[in-house]
Amino acid sequence: MGKLVNRVEPDLVLQSYVVEVAKGVTLVTKQFLRNLFGRKDIVTVQYPEDRRAYTPRFRGKHLLTKRDNGDVRCVACMLCATACPANCITIVAAEHKDADVEKFPTTFEIDLLKCIYCGFCEEACPCDAIRMDSGVHTLPTFTRRDQKAGKINLLELAKLSTAAQGGEHRAESHAGAQHGRGGHH
Amino acid sequence: MPLTGNVILDLVLWTVIKFAAFVLVFVMGTATVLTWLERKYSAVIQNRIGPNRANLGAWRLGGLLHMLADPIKMLTKEDFAPDTANPWMFRLAPLVAFVPAMVVFSVIPFGPGEHMMIANTELGILFIFAIASLNVYGSVMGAWASNNKWSLMGGLRISAQMVSYEVAIGLTLCGVFMIYGSTDLQDIVVAQGATLGGVLPAWGLFTQPVAAVLYLTCAIAENKRAPFDVAEAEAELAAGYWTEYSAMGFAVLALAEFVEIVLIGCVGATLFLGGWQIPGVHGDTPVIMAAQVAAFLLKTLFVIWLQLTIRWTLPRFRYDQVMRLGWRILLPAALVNLVVTGVALTWIDRN
Repeated sequence: MGKLVNRVEPDLVLQSYVVEVAKGVTLVTKQFLRNLFGRKDIVTVQYPEDRRAYTPRFRGKHLLTKRDNGDVRCVACMLCATACPANCITIVAAEHKDADVEKFPTTFEIDLLKCIYCGFCEEACPCDAIRMDSGVHTLPTFTRRDQKAGKINLLELAKLSTAAQGGEHRAESHAGAQHGRGGHH
Repeated sequence: MPLTGNVILDLVLWTVIKFAAFVLVFVMGTATVLTWLERKYSAVIQNRIGPNRANLGAWRLGGLLHMLADPIKMLTKEDFAPDTANPWMFRLAPLVAFVPAMVVFSVIPFGPGEHMMIANTELGILFIFAIASLNVYGSVMGAWASNNKWSLMGGLRISAQMVSYEVAIGLTLCGVFMIYGSTDLQDIVVAQGATLGGVLPAWGLFTQPVAAVLYLTCAIAENKRAPFDVAEAEAELAAGYWTEYSAMGFAVLALAEFVEIVLIGCVGATLFLGGWQIPGVHGDTPVIMAAQVAAFLLKTLFVIWLQLTIRWTLPRFRYDQVMRLGWRILLPAALVNLVVTGVALTWIDRN
């Protein structure tokens, strides 16, 4: 059942359009004066100066988290690079001095122009090392090269991960626990 | 008066001074401010802020400087023309659209007395019609020369629309000529100084109310602005007749539109709002004359405001609706108005 609409048959006054235009002009003028002098209904956000808060789940620019001692948390397992549908992550791995950690990235580069901000990398990461919760909107640059975010760049936004971490530190605080990556108890 | 060197010099000098004061300062000034005001006004109506970024260091002046920033931008941008465009016609079109719009101001009486207009001809409104119609050639030329099917469609729409409304607007104003018995705009304004029954000023708005409404409608359609802007119709035709224009070519076409807004304001104020007449004020002291010039400019600004507000109130008509309105409603209405005016004038004469 649709809703019955009471249609008004247009009479000559309505069809002449003159009265209706006058009404419209009055309404527009009222709104104009109100926005100019009275209560302002202006909805514009002056973007670069004022910003709307992003939601907590907003996927912004990537960041790499740090260990308690300030080292990069990533263990260069390549899961994020494998999961990435845009192939924008390039990792070069090297041996870590801590045998428990095994590896760390010497280069960790994300091409932000290729990235589609799908979030698969942070889903894939077993170490909570890569995250997209920086809340930073990637800014434009003048060259393509500047859009390649390297390890140092990604660590600038770094936060301390709240997840338990592996390696030496884990061995101290959870002595006797089984070998493996952090987060499992 | 013999045309000696001094008289000619006087004539030329005064014409140039009047042209500079009225056309260059008032008309171009208003048109330039309108390029900013149109955007700002529409923004405030629509709960937005509008242009406010152009600045001189700390002074933003509500974005007023955009009207200075725009020409700088327009002049320094690449003036692009498509390879397949006709280069001469393409470059000439903005001028053909712009010059007539400027020339017609020469017969507008902006103050009392025969010296308060640039060219004192008896043609008056006929001159305005003859010259203002030329600017359709500019738009159509530009549309055709662009060699772009959207432009061409826009051009076709302009030519059909302008010709249709030209007929209606001509017949509408005939009623005004019949009442005041002249086509000379200064005569018409002087005649509007009388009163109707000693109360109402004998303005065109009160002697020819139907014609006033028809005039405004037709004039907005002539100027191809919303709700009659089917010639640019960005939803259907990219940007219509000026799709291919960029930089200063586009700016001149756009400025021609704003100059025409001022023209519609001037003609509307002259024919329907009593021109420079202030009801109840007569005399020829300099103070009164200055007040009357100011009154004319204010009335012009009022009609300009009305055009802007109507533009931002009404949605665009469909093209077939535009044509139907022109031929089947406005034209018959103008004819009926003409007949009724004629009958009424004869009846008044007899009694």
